[in-house]
Amino acid sequence: MSDAAFVATAAIPSAAPPPSPRKHWTGSRIAGTLLMGIWIALGIGFAFLIVGGYDAEKVARYLPRIIGGVWVTVQLVVLSVVFGAILSIPITLGRLSYNWVAAPLAFGFSYFFRGTPLLAQTFLLYYGLGSFPDLWKSLGLWWFMREAFYCAVLAFSLNTAAYQAEILAGAIRSVPRGQWQAAASLGLGRYATLRKVILPQAMITALRPYGNEIVLMIKGSAIAGIVTVFDLMGETRYAYSKTYDFQVYLWAAVLYFLMVEVLRRVWDAFEFRLTRHLRRDAV
Amino acid sequence: MMELLSLLSYGPDGWGDELLSGTVLTIALAVCTLPIGLALGFLIALAKTSEEPTLKTAANIYTTIFRGLPELLTLFLIYYGAQFAISAATNALFGFPVEVNSFAAGMVALAIVFSSYASEAFLSAFRGIPRGQYEGGYALGLPRGATMRLVILPQLIRLSLPSLSNLWLILLKDTALVSVIGLAGILRQTQIAVGVTKHAFFFYLLACLIYLGLAVVSSLGLSRVSTWAERGQGGHG
Repeated sequence: MSDAAFVATAAIPSAAPPPSPRKHWTGSRIAGTLLMGIWIALGIGFAFLIVGGYDAEKVARYLPRIIGGVWVTVQLVVLSVVFGAILSIPITLGRLSYNWVAAPLAFGFSYFFRGTPLLAQTFLLYYGLGSFPDLWKSLGLWWFMREAFYCAVLAFSLNTAAYQAEILAGAIRSVPRGQWQAAASLGLGRYATLRKVILPQAMITALRPYGNEIVLMIKGSAIAGIVTVFDLMGETRYAYSKTYDFQVYLWAAVLYFLMVEVLRRVWDAFEFRLTRHLRRDAV
Repeated sequence: MMELLSLLSYGPDGWGDELLSGTVLTIALAVCTLPIGLALGFLIALAKTSEEPTLKTAANIYTTIFRGLPELLTLFLIYYGAQFAISAATNALFGFPVEVNSFAAGMVALAIVFSSYASEAFLSAFRGIPRGQYEGGYALGLPRGATMRLVILPQLIRLSLPSLSNLWLILLKDTALVSVIGLAGILRQTQIAVGVTKHAFFFYLLACLIYLGLAVVSSLGLSRVSTWAERGQGGHG
């Protein structure tokens, strides 16, 4: 074996490696450079627009309002996601049951709220239900239906509840039947099985879709700005209507982008931590 | 009840024709957006699978930005941004500003959003196709273009169809947003009807139901497309 290697090295004298081939300007390289050039030009252009259009008075007047809008957006998203999560539990149970009343009801709810635009739902709740003030006054709920913020939270909660129920139901269905059977043979009740055996496994499947759903909620919450809620989008539209200055939309874009990116990174770290027992390479 | 139904009659005092034209416009917008979005999404997916780092980075920047922005904001950025840029340019060139067509702006914005999600769908479909399929194509002497068209694309369509179907339904719902820039789609016509008749609940519920109807029809159509795409899989003998 070593003899053969010796013969080979003797027969083929060692030499420097061949020079690496010259890089050609292939089609994809030209296209890539061109596109990167466009991105860089756009970035510089926007930077110029913001720096060149800097107006201390405008910034002093509208920036605090827009930052306040970010806070309203955060409140909208957190409240909607939490209420949606609570509301999604009975809907999930309905989606998983074979009861001839609960199952079609849950299906109908989920189909309606996932099949229609969030904007139309928000209009339906705020302008549609809000057009019966006498009814709400007699029920003592007029303070709620009158306020665009509450209506937006209600609309978003119902919408995200439908999506969250589908996520949860799908995750529970993805746990193999054997898990239920094993727990039953150990004498665990249905509720204990669900809580101690099924849900811990289902939640790991559901983590990623839940994260996506929150991102969708942050982006969807921009709709509140149309029904007179002064969230980030509402404040931006207000500032634009006063100044006709396009750069306020660029500010809003940066802020929304930051919110989504921060959430995405935090959620990734969260998921990495929660699934650490599933990785073999991590010691 | 009869009074409400008579509001839907066809003609000058009913809203049936306005709602119908809004529905047609909404469908037209979605249908016009789809091919642009698909083509753009496919090109971006190709760029992402490319070995050229600049091309890959450029494509990744595109999807990161447009998947991170609210669809509504993308619409405003395109609509007002184009207005800002085009009217400045035409003012300098011809001495008068040119208005931006809201249908075109809506189409571009929706196509951008659609394509950034579609590129992810295509990308994961590309990953589901083994290298051997390309090598098989080349071994048969097919050029790159023909391998892509005859070998890879049919499999790509089958693998990406479930995600793309979903994206179509999302696109259909996103068309509601163009009412905000004044395009007379379903929701805009509904708003006008509400403004005149004051029957807000009835008309907004109707708008939701029209959208729901479109979703149901789409689902039926898409399940037929899926049967067609799966025809070589031997599922039903």
